[in-house]
Amino acid sequence: MPATDGARASVSRVRRFWNSSVGKKVVMAVTGIIGIGFVLGHMAGNLQMFKGTGAAQAMHDYAVLLRKTGGLLWLIRGVLLGAIALHVTAALQLSARNRAARPVGYGAKKDQVSTLASRTMRVGGIVLLAFIVFHIADMTFGIGVPGFVHLDPYNNLRNGFTRWWTVVFYVVAMASLGLHLFHGAWASLRTLGARRPSAAPLHRNIAVALAIITALGFAAVPIGAAMGLFTDDTPVTDESQTVSTLTGGVR
Amino acid sequence: MELKSNIPGGPIAEKWDKHKFEMKLVNPANKRKYHVLVVGSGLAGASAAATMSELGYNVSCYCFQDSPRRAHSIAAQGGINAAKNYQNDGDSIQRLFYDTVKGGDFRAREANVYRLAQISVNIIDQCVAQGVPFAREYGGLLANRSFGGAQVSRTFYARGQTGQQLLLGAYQALEKEIAKGGVTMYPRTEMLDLIVVDGRARGIVTRNLVTGKIETHLGDAVVLATGGYGNVFYLSTNAKGSNTTAIWRAYKRGAAFGNPCYTQIHPTCIPQSGDYQSKLTLMSESLRNDGRVWVPKQAGDTRAPHEIPEAERDYYLERKYPSYGNLSPRDIASRAAKEACDSGRGVGPGGLGVYLDFRDAINRLGRDKIEERYGNLFQMYERITDEDPYKVPMRIYPAVHYTMGGLWVDYNLMSTIPGLHVLGEANFSDHGANRLGASALMQGLADGYFVIPYTIGNYLAGQKLEPVSKDHPEVRAVEREVEERTRRLLGIKGKRSVQSFHRELGKVMWEYCGMARNAQGLQEALARIPALREEFWENLNVPGSGEELNQSLEQAGRVADFLELGELMCRDALHREESCGGHFRTEHQTEDGEAKRDDEHFTYVAAWEYAGEGKTPILNKESLEFENVHLATRSYK
Amino acid sequence: MNVTLRVWRQPGPSAAGKFVEYQARDISAEMSFLEMLDVVNEELTAKGEQPIAFDHDCREGICGMCGLMISGVAHGPMKATTTCQLHMRSFTDGDTITVEPWRASAFPVLRDLCVDRSSLDRIVQAGGYVSVSTGNAPDGNAIPIAKPDADAAMDAAACIGCGACVAACPNGSASLFTAAKISHLGYLPQGQPERYRRALKMVAQMDLEHFGGCTLFGECQAACPKEISIDTIARMNRDYLYGSVFEREESRSAGGAG
Repeated sequence: MPATDGARASVSRVRRFWNSSVGKKVVMAVTGIIGIGFVLGHMAGNLQMFKGTGAAQAMHDYAVLLRKTGGLLWLIRGVLLGAIALHVTAALQLSARNRAARPVGYGAKKDQVSTLASRTMRVGGIVLLAFIVFHIADMTFGIGVPGFVHLDPYNNLRNGFTRWWTVVFYVVAMASLGLHLFHGAWASLRTLGARRPSAAPLHRNIAVALAIITALGFAAVPIGAAMGLFTDDTPVTDESQTVSTLTGGVR
Repeated sequence: MELKSNIPGGPIAEKWDKHKFEMKLVNPANKRKYHVLVVGSGLAGASAAATMSELGYNVSCYCFQDSPRRAHSIAAQGGINAAKNYQNDGDSIQRLFYDTVKGGDFRAREANVYRLAQISVNIIDQCVAQGVPFAREYGGLLANRSFGGAQVSRTFYARGQTGQQLLLGAYQALEKEIAKGGVTMYPRTEMLDLIVVDGRARGIVTRNLVTGKIETHLGDAVVLATGGYGNVFYLSTNAKGSNTTAIWRAYKRGAAFGNPCYTQIHPTCIPQSGDYQSKLTLMSESLRNDGRVWVPKQAGDTRAPHEIPEAERDYYLERKYPSYGNLSPRDIASRAAKEACDSGRGVGPGGLGVYLDFRDAINRLGRDKIEERYGNLFQMYERITDEDPYKVPMRIYPAVHYTMGGLWVDYNLMSTIPGLHVLGEANFSDHGANRLGASALMQGLADGYFVIPYTIGNYLAGQKLEPVSKDHPEVRAVEREVEERTRRLLGIKGKRSVQSFHRELGKVMWEYCGMARNAQGLQEALARIPALREEFWENLNVPGSGEELNQSLEQAGRVADFLELGELMCRDALHREESCGGHFRTEHQTEDGEAKRDDEHFTYVAAWEYAGEGKTPILNKESLEFENVHLATRSYK
Repeated sequence: MNVTLRVWRQPGPSAAGKFVEYQARDISAEMSFLEMLDVVNEELTAKGEQPIAFDHDCREGICGMCGLMISGVAHGPMKATTTCQLHMRSFTDGDTITVEPWRASAFPVLRDLCVDRSSLDRIVQAGGYVSVSTGNAPDGNAIPIAKPDADAAMDAAACIGCGACVAACPNGSASLFTAAKISHLGYLPQGQPERYRRALKMVAQMDLEHFGGCTLFGECQAACPKEISIDTIARMNRDYLYGSVFEREESRSAGGAG
């Protein structure tokens, strides 16, 4: 087979895969798992907030470390953005198909076993998307955060969460994240066909743990801030520069 | 009418091979020029349509259900026989042949039965290759169970859903051919008449059950695989839609009807619970592998089953038929149950029931083993009766299950109308006066996969078939008759529903032409059925129109035919002055109440020929020769 | 007992439908749900009205022809039970029962409670079989099949094609139906040669028929009268994924001179 034919065949293979309902679900599962990996890493970083004295420095060093990786941070950002884009696109397209699959609804319909989490995947997903946008504007760009200082996440969080509505929004979003993972983490492995048959396939352990840990782990920071737990006032220092000089730098 | 059975010459074991060689063939390139119409999509119809399409014929297939997968073959539970002798227990083609002829009370055609036994082994192979998930042993090889009327273990099964799995195999083969374009499928389409041109079957008239449109389909041969007519009794184990219309219309167009009175009453069904009952549910015969049938010894004993001590129970099958015991053939087990109930020892509401008890089997094998073997059947029983058969013995009672009679066919499965072939339960051929358990699936698939694909070629290659146009006067005439009949049914606008007529007919049939028959009763039925038919055509109420999905109209057409068939069944039962298999005439029994055959006068197939509206049908006889099995009194003692 | 029925009535495929209330009086608890409908229909017929059209055939839970949405639950409140095997003892006197047809764009309503499920047949046509012609089979015992595999195949093959999975799925997906057939054949050695091609084709057909996608709600499994597990869907996805990557394209040189 000539090479061009081979390439064409591969393209049509990818197209067929993407166009199929199973293919899109596989894409959602893979991008979802990427998301889970990110979320866990992010959460581990966040929890340094609770170090007590030295927490501000730790958070700073962590932020700087991420920027010292050269292109890796941008690669990760790229992968994450791509994953989100694919996840959201597939979700929107599948939702449209699913809605079209039942143009006339039931006069009465009772759900038997589906979980609240599974039924709120779409709404929860929208909440999460809105949250991501807000969160980046809020904690990366510092829009609206009083006294925002670049690369001083500890104090930025402390300041940011002085606004009560941000705390509420973050906590709600993290609850949605928990629900989203409660279904998504469990479903993604089945979508990928990576689970062995089980007598009770609806039963889940890992997903429950994951959902609870991430929701609590993330919500701990805004709640902790609201409760005034972050009291480390030690100024943050860098090897050669002080933070204040850094703020003038390129973001 | 001349009945030419066309049985090939030579020793019985060589007849089929010899015949296969002698039959004419159709050149592969010519096969697609032939159009074969297959009516019915059960085991026989689906397997026939698929196989003929594989060979290259242009096939159309029709079923009244919404999908070919729903045909009533799907409800068969227990299994399918095959002379594989995998169990090394002495089975052979000869033994399966012998058991089937004997089981049929020596009223089947030897050559057909022998062929069936020969083909049985190929069926299992074919089904395994299709992916039918038969039960397996831990070593990975096929498992077997025992069935009534045999002393070897030759029944292959897929849990309690053997019919379903075999049908899905045939259905998948059919869908494969539909996808390839070899078969055109017409679901929700009911055949309402047969078109015979120049003495040959050339087409059918159908009604599209969704739009109501009456349509004509023409071809070179017609294959009917439309199942049995047990629903003439209203209450039977048949699906609600099972009907006689296709074969009855063919009968009225000149196909002889063989042995219409041979009806199988299955001994293990769930008893009726009330007048509203719409159908009866079978509990697989396989249950009698481990269940013991009994009634109290004392008439009128109303104690709960567990309160009746062992010494006061009558395990009547084990007592009367010690060598076959609970696995006695169906006709014998049914009659024994009726006898027990008639003597006032029946259990449950109305005393119409006997116990099928698993207590001993559960004690011996453990509940798990029983659950593994019969779990789904026990579940079904509990669902219907609200009783737990692991704790309380099942109550069972005989019910109409299968009709051995059907359109008369020759060795090639062709009826007395050239070109009209009849397969499976719709024909009369292989089971004589009583069918053994697990043989219906075998026959349906044998006919469809392995017989008709050969014999249809022989027919087509031997004919010069002129094309028939839809404007042919004969075609138009049949079409008009069908339309007229539909209009008539809709136009009566009387007071009674179809269902009420059907129920009444069923009661008459069960009363007088059921498990035990006698001349007086049959004559009574022969007086009552025409009267009921007359009322039907005057007082029927079918709402709605013909140009829409109208289930009352569908039912009305079917019941109209049952009202005619019922009369023929009684007539046949009256003329057969002997007892054989499922046909038990109380006048003809031995001192201990067993069936008494009259081989001297009745060793023949009664093939009834339609003589015209209002005329007595003509009886033709195909005498049965027994060269390989000696006519003997059938004993399971 | 007496119950009130709210039944979907629709005179034809393109006609508008609506709920109509009927009283079912003097119903015995031993009646099946369909026998109760028979009683209502007899009354309607006597009044000269059109009886309620509903599909049914074997009435013993195996043909898959019956299927009603009963008060919001496919096949009614009893687990692992088809509509025909549901008995009135599952209801109490005075209940109001809503009866609707299966709802999916791939299951257009034909009349009242009857729907057209031929889309399921077309999914099977796409590849739900083993391509073996009659007469080609080796001995049934030539290939031993481990009992657990035979049993797993049988579990999946128990599907009766009723469409309850589609009806119950909030997405109107036929994944459980399709996956059951893919699993049935995929567990058996006879199904291996076409295993991945089968998954690719059947899934493609499922999409073409405008069924929704699977989001693993689990409702299908709960509605299935034969209790087919959603694990079959995981299997279907795996076969689809594998086939998407590794399945060879059909050879162009097939046939050739000969």
